Amino acid sequence: MDWTMWVEWIVKGFVLCLILLTGFAYLTWYERRALARIQVRVGPNRAGYQGLLQPIADAVKLIFKEELTPGHVYKVVFILAPVLTVVPSLVLAAVVPLGTSFNLFGREITLYVADVNVGILYLTSIASIAVYGIVLAGWSSNNKYAMLGGIRSSAQMISYELTLGLSFVTAIILGNSMNMIDIVNEQRGLWFVVIQPVGALIFWIATLAEVNRAPFDMPEAEQELTAGYHAEYSGMKFALFFMAEYQKMIVISMILATLFFGGYLGPFVDQVPLLGPVYLFAKVIILLFGMIWVRATWPRIRYDRLMSFGWKILLPLSLAIAFITATGILLADVLNNQLFFWSIPVVSIIALLVAVAFIYRDLRRKSHGRI
Amino acid sequence: MNSELIVFLVLSLVAIATALGMLFSKNAVYSALFLVLNFVTVAVFYLLLGAPFLAMSQITVYAGAIMVLFLFVIMLLGAENLKPSNALPWQKPLAILLSVILGVEATYLLLARARSSLSVTSPDAALNTMDSLRNMAETLFSQFLLPFEITSILLLVAMVGAVVLTRAEKGAAK
Repeated sequence: MDWTMWVEWIVKGFVLCLILLTGFAYLTWYERRALARIQVRVGPNRAGYQGLLQPIADAVKLIFKEELTPGHVYKVVFILAPVLTVVPSLVLAAVVPLGTSFNLFGREITLYVADVNVGILYLTSIASIAVYGIVLAGWSSNNKYAMLGGIRSSAQMISYELTLGLSFVTAIILGNSMNMIDIVNEQRGLWFVVIQPVGALIFWIATLAEVNRAPFDMPEAEQELTAGYHAEYSGMKFALFFMAEYQKMIVISMILATLFFGGYLGPFVDQVPLLGPVYLFAKVIILLFGMIWVRATWPRIRYDRLMSFGWKILLPLSLAIAFITATGILLADVLNNQLFFWSIPVVSIIALLVAVAFIYRDLRRKSHGRI
Repeated sequence: MNSELIVFLVLSLVAIATALGMLFSKNAVYSALFLVLNFVTVAVFYLLLGAPFLAMSQITVYAGAIMVLFLFVIMLLGAENLKPSNALPWQKPLAILLSVILGVEATYLLLARARSSLSVTSPDAALNTMDSLRNMAETLFSQFLLPFEITSILLLVAMVGAVVLTRAEKGAAK
């Protein structure tokens, strides 16, 4: 192992962090502008052209804000918690391939930080670690509302992690590998979202819950919990929580794009490898708009419904989807009949309709019973 | 001294330190956090042995899911700072006795076994390397199918048991 390899690793890691940090800053601008459009407002447009300098102004403001550490907190954990929240959101991106590789001064530079064979497992393990930051923030604040927010979020994340894991299984079965680069290459002919649209949808819903985004933003429900787990945080420590949420949004859109929307694939990507990141970037922006759109249009879901939705609807549905995908591929392989392969999307959509019918019936029964 | 040995020694120190930290923390939440760190260290040991699958599972299952539930229980019960009076009286002597027995056995085995050949046989490398998750899965589903299925049934029973426990009893006041 020569030293140039170390240099390459460090530079790539640094660049990736830089991309995510800039992405976080501009995602806030993007979200505010998009929300404003949807709500027939203008949004931030004062600093710079179209408000493009607004994130920088915000960053400067947050850095110079006074940081309060309340007297009643558990200090070590209180300071550790924001760090524990940000780090997983940054390292998640390490296994997402941004493209293939290109030549720089006669040296082949790959466009991913780590080529991990168990890439998907790495994602699940980091996602399961990510809960700690929020739980500990809630606990160390030593405050009822923060504690409730922390506990809510950990319960929610644990519940939706199962669904997330099962949607990963769907992608693994389709991609025939746990390596994300192999999964992307497997999608050269056809994006997995065509074969398994329901799987992609479930994955998306589960990740929304996992990053505590609307309509699953129970941990920070303002009316009930003031601000939830970060109620006691101010200044840069609060900014770190903020940063973690938006970085997770970006990374999760990257993962969704990689697993189901062909990742860095696109026209002419084999001839010009540097187009790969551009395609991925475009896909991520579109997926992020979906998240913002959901936030603008849907009210927050009630907590007990959130739990029963996760356990009683999403989990069985994702199990069924994984089963359908595996069976379809196996039958197509064994009987050598592509018809079974193409029955996967059809049967999956039927399963989705059954799930929707269940929700509908349940809601109707409840509304009749309670009035 | 090769780099692998250095990494191993540093990791061992971290593992021992976190284990001791877990034992001697006054606050149960800190104990749980030390235990998480310990699990992560063990996962890195697995990586060092060339078993990434095991390492990632270790983090997901132990450091992630199980320890979060531990923390959850500690926080919900407010059991962070239990007073010494709450401890069981016979627990301490029994714990000391058991740990002494364990220590003696471990020392004996180390001295008796490790002498003959200092090189510990590495785990089946073919099953654990980065390339052959497939091999591992195949072994799991052919050679070790029965233990695998028994484990699944055990987990299923535990799951059903948990569901039953949370159900309200018939006739109980709602």
